[in-house]
Amino acid sequence: MTEVWIVGASMTRFGRFPDLDLMDLASDAALSALRDADAAMADIGVLTMGNVYEAGSNNGQRLQKQIGQTGVPVYNVVNACATGATAVRVAMLSLLAGEAEMGLAVGVEQMGKMGLIGNAAQSHGSRAGGKPAKKEFAPKGRYGAVVKTEGVLGTGLMPGVFAQAGTEYALAHGITAEQFAKVAQKNHAHSTLNPLAQYRKEFSLEEILGADVISYPNTLPMCCPTGDGAAALVLVTGEKLRTLDPDVRRRAIKISASVLTSDPWVDGGQVQPDVNTLTRNAADAAYEAAGIGPEDLDLVELHDCFATAELLHYDNLRLCEPGGAGDFIDSGKPWRDGSTPVNVSGGLLSKGHPIGATGVANLYEVATHLRGEAGDRQVPDARVGLTHVIGLASACAVHILEAPAAR
Amino acid sequence: MAPALPAVDYLVLEGTPHLVAWFCAQCGASYFDRRNACARCSGAEFERRPLGTEGVVRAFTIVHRAAPGLPAPYTSVVVELDGGGRVKANLLGVTDPAAVTAQLKVRLVTFVAGTDDDGTEAIAFAFEPIGGAA
Repeated sequence: MTEVWIVGASMTRFGRFPDLDLMDLASDAALSALRDADAAMADIGVLTMGNVYEAGSNNGQRLQKQIGQTGVPVYNVVNACATGATAVRVAMLSLLAGEAEMGLAVGVEQMGKMGLIGNAAQSHGSRAGGKPAKKEFAPKGRYGAVVKTEGVLGTGLMPGVFAQAGTEYALAHGITAEQFAKVAQKNHAHSTLNPLAQYRKEFSLEEILGADVISYPNTLPMCCPTGDGAAALVLVTGEKLRTLDPDVRRRAIKISASVLTSDPWVDGGQVQPDVNTLTRNAADAAYEAAGIGPEDLDLVELHDCFATAELLHYDNLRLCEPGGAGDFIDSGKPWRDGSTPVNVSGGLLSKGHPIGATGVANLYEVATHLRGEAGDRQVPDARVGLTHVIGLASACAVHILEAPAAR
Repeated sequence: MAPALPAVDYLVLEGTPHLVAWFCAQCGASYFDRRNACARCSGAEFERRPLGTEGVVRAFTIVHRAAPGLPAPYTSVVVELDGGGRVKANLLGVTDPAAVTAQLKVRLVTFVAGTDDDGTEAIAFAFEPIGGAA
């Protein structure tokens, strides 16, 4: 059975870099990952590129033109917020299929300061040739709508969707606004130890609860920022790994499970995205593939796009008893010094969420801890970690990484 | 009286305003939009049936930072209708999170969501707590 290993990992700082372009960020991450692997573009047999907002621009090939055109297959990948993780998975599948022995997976995004409600906030022009068009109601689209429905028939924007996912759990299991806020308190505190995080500022629970409400129960520090960044991994087959330099082998991290799911049909899923079922399905499949249970995890990087989402995923990833996510955050277990550290990087809430880079950056973070190279934020003696990303609508990727028992 | 159109075609204004859904003839899954096939069982035959006008709140949020042009704060809810079917809409008259409790009972109401240059009104639906806000 062929195994796939990570031998190079890197990410840029996440933040806002208006003076750089997408290729600057992608090149930085890719070249750093290659250096980390003691490899060069000439060694790479397959390139995968994850990016969302410029996905029509063949960014994988554009990257080759900046760092090395060697004629290898390139896959340009887009899969919502799971784009980066999907790019890693495509590289992995290429290796498992025997297409290549060494692959480079890159995720990059430049979102700038587009605002929380992003593209959905763009106004629809009603002018034609400088003259105001006549406003005349006529049913349009699959729902026969005569007006824009956002805010009229509830909200479908991400802050509202993830807030409602959280309150559904809260109404069923008695979660408080304070318990949701504790997630943001933890992740912002963690980010102060991560030099690559977009924000590195601690907030008190009172500051978080008292901040501007975006979409209740999420206040501003409970929502991830937009921003720019890139991350990259160099992957090799087990056979190839055995031929590499001992220093590279010593730092190699095994991908024990890689799972991608999409939404199965659930009642009501047509009107409110179900962020739970596909995550549970992905986690269960990953635990089974790796032969590892949630109790074996030394750290988890999960998709905290909003504080409400992280709490749900404690339950979805089986980190707590069913319905017990509120007790789990109260117990302190997901803090860096707890029994199951979650989002030691600062998470999306504080590290940042450049969409195409996020999934790769999560793998970078866990691999860095498993290598014992995470500096001030290092989880001591970390051997096994899990990464999770979810994108609407709909994709969920879960990876389980392991440091080998003996090098 | 001004002429009126439903804001979406799954709202029926005649008589007591109510929602209608397409039900898969094979498995019973329901949808508000026109379908190519059923997302649950791939069946391709559907029948349109009315839904209940009362239900309970399953999820909510109070939107303070809304898309441009929308008055805020407003409350968005997911309602499970009596007799089956879930729908997303606004909850009128409620912006206090403490007023939204598990199993809060609500009923469908309609409101004018806009008027075009011919004076035609777009009528949308929302929900309000039964017996006033809790």
